[in-house]
Amino acid sequence: MRFLSALLFLALLQSAALAQPQGVAIGYLEQAQDPRYHPSLLDDEFQNQPWGRPVVGAEVALEESRFPAMAIEAEFSLDRRSIENLNTAVDAIEAMYGSGVRFFLLDLPGDLMAAIAQETRNMDIALFNISAPDDFLRQEACQPHMFHVLASDAMRNDAIAQYLISRQWRNALVLVGPEEADQRLAESWRRSAERFGLNIVEERSFVVGNDPRQRELNNPLLVTGGTSYDVVYVADTYGEFARLTPYTTQLPRPVVGSGGLVAQDWHWAWSSHGAAQLNKRFEDAAMRHGTGYDWAAWMAVKAIVEAMIRNESTDFQEAMTYLRGNEMVLDSFKGFRLGFRSWNNQLRQPLLLSSGNWVVARTPIEGFLHEENYLDTLGFDSAESQCDWQ
Amino acid sequence: MKTLGCIMGCLLAIGSVGQAQAAGTGYIFVSNEVSNTVTVLDGETLETITEIRTAERPRWLEFSPDKQLLYVACGDDSSIDVISVADLEVVDSIYIGNNPEIFDLNSDGSQIMASNEDDAVLSIIDMETREFLSVIDVGYEPEGVLVAPDDSAVWVTSEVANMVHKVDLSTYELVANILVDNRPRRFALSPDASTLWVTSELGGTVTLIDTQTDEIVNVLEFDPEGFRPEDVTPVGLLFDEDRNRVYVTMGRANHVAVVDAQTLEVEDYILVGSRAWGLGLSNDGARLFITNGFSDDLSVIDTETLQVTQSVSVGRVPHSVVMDSGAP
Repeated sequence: MRFLSALLFLALLQSAALAQPQGVAIGYLEQAQDPRYHPSLLDDEFQNQPWGRPVVGAEVALEESRFPAMAIEAEFSLDRRSIENLNTAVDAIEAMYGSGVRFFLLDLPGDLMAAIAQETRNMDIALFNISAPDDFLRQEACQPHMFHVLASDAMRNDAIAQYLISRQWRNALVLVGPEEADQRLAESWRRSAERFGLNIVEERSFVVGNDPRQRELNNPLLVTGGTSYDVVYVADTYGEFARLTPYTTQLPRPVVGSGGLVAQDWHWAWSSHGAAQLNKRFEDAAMRHGTGYDWAAWMAVKAIVEAMIRNESTDFQEAMTYLRGNEMVLDSFKGFRLGFRSWNNQLRQPLLLSSGNWVVARTPIEGFLHEENYLDTLGFDSAESQCDWQ
Repeated sequence: MKTLGCIMGCLLAIGSVGQAQAAGTGYIFVSNEVSNTVTVLDGETLETITEIRTAERPRWLEFSPDKQLLYVACGDDSSIDVISVADLEVVDSIYIGNNPEIFDLNSDGSQIMASNEDDAVLSIIDMETREFLSVIDVGYEPEGVLVAPDDSAVWVTSEVANMVHKVDLSTYELVANILVDNRPRRFALSPDASTLWVTSELGGTVTLIDTQTDEIVNVLEFDPEGFRPEDVTPVGLLFDEDRNRVYVTMGRANHVAVVDAQTLEVEDYILVGSRAWGLGLSNDGARLFITNGFSDDLSVIDTETLQVTQSVSVGRVPHSVVMDSGAP
């Protein structure tokens, strides 16, 4: 019955329209050997990591867009390509450009993404960062054609900082891992802490391991001993140390940052604003819980489709005008109205603070004021932006 | 109280041999999404008569044309429970596909049509045989369902496709897909059936659609004091024919907007409880009932003074409210 009805509808559409639906392919780049998607890491389900390739989010968004697409006689699809490095990435983009693709979702590490954005900056395309939270991408490495759907580390850290200060948990002990990315994350946290009036009691290093000679660095009890604090912030981009820190600290204190209370673009336990339905659609498609990375891929496709639907046109420039404008109403399923910040192309959005299997709070926390938009209390605001558009 | 209902039912049955009559209890019924109950209130005193246990996640409520039966869509058990108004208990269950959210009946009650939330379809079944007459693909998260009074068409919203779909009931085909503001929810039809009103929860607006041409003729905006634009999330709406008004619940903006159906101006905003969605009018139109999903209560508004006269505790996350004939 359903098939018949769909067929009849399509027949009506065919007879009514003079042209075939226009195909709009959205490019999707991912890295074959991306360490974040190593099977053993996915098994661990670290709070701050993706739990699978986010492309499923994009596919769910495409499925949701089938009906609206018919309204403008278009048909959206994903052109998904696996690349190894800068050269193969640019080759892929140029090849797709040749076949009409203008929008590209990038599921890539920050350094590679910055290089690709630099290399393609004169092309009339739009890149959507769906998986790199690095602050430098929004600041000195910004490009006019690169849009960030995923929240930055600055936004995530501001979200945590807002919650801590609203609870008067002012004193933070900061633990920093050995990776360069951990150092950058700690630097990002320092900015947020200062911004919201928190006090960093001390910064200490940690490593992951069992070597007793390094116990001062790898034993959480010792790493967090001998000083007082209200919370422990862990800067651990990998996530393994952050996972074992809750309940193993010297003092009974909440753990925040890369583990414990974590700021995310999405969480599977979020159920407001229709989230339960979105989660169900995603879980049916992915056979796992979704994370913020999946949401970002989903949101990027939704934004592109929305722009074209509202313009009633598949024209690239018109869609970009809409995406950059103030009229845009995007449903993030998190409440608030989203838009891209004009000073750095970051999608402004609420962030969810989750404790593992629950969302403790949605940020921005009520009470943090802003002249223009409450969402701009999270992340780099216009006055502090180091994005120059070169 | 149940016995009283039975007695009343029996008396009515004796009084009119072989003819179906409404129970005329004057009771107010409120569905409670999380409690899995329908609260029954006395129409005059607003005291709780009983709580009827239903299948999981009861939401939309609607009477059969003769008002003997009250249908309630129970989304998590995929059932439309049938409550006997006289006996105040569930007497039957209709299967109409997965997760029915909102439904409507045709004018003689011989067909029932429901939005199936997770499957993105509109299902239509024959009430007597319980056979599926049609299952129509629509956009994701269909919600509001409204059958035209002449049974020629049924409208359904798709929250994710941002569309109002129109299905021709003689062919069961989609004949119109009207793009509206983000996240369209529910409908109300003008008394002369010329204009379809639909709320857009995320867009924060109400769109008016000409039912003949399927064209958008107007878009209304709302601005209750003290709330940010993103908090204005219109969901439910109800025509008050006598006063030529439309009441629109403002969702998380905790107000009800009173719209003049002629001028389309907002006459007033009435402060109610938390997350106001559902509405129902008393039989004489003197009282407007509002379900407040996040304060677990019902606001009672005097439609003359537009003041809330009382708030009544009901179950957890009240959704819909309807009133049986009888009491004013």
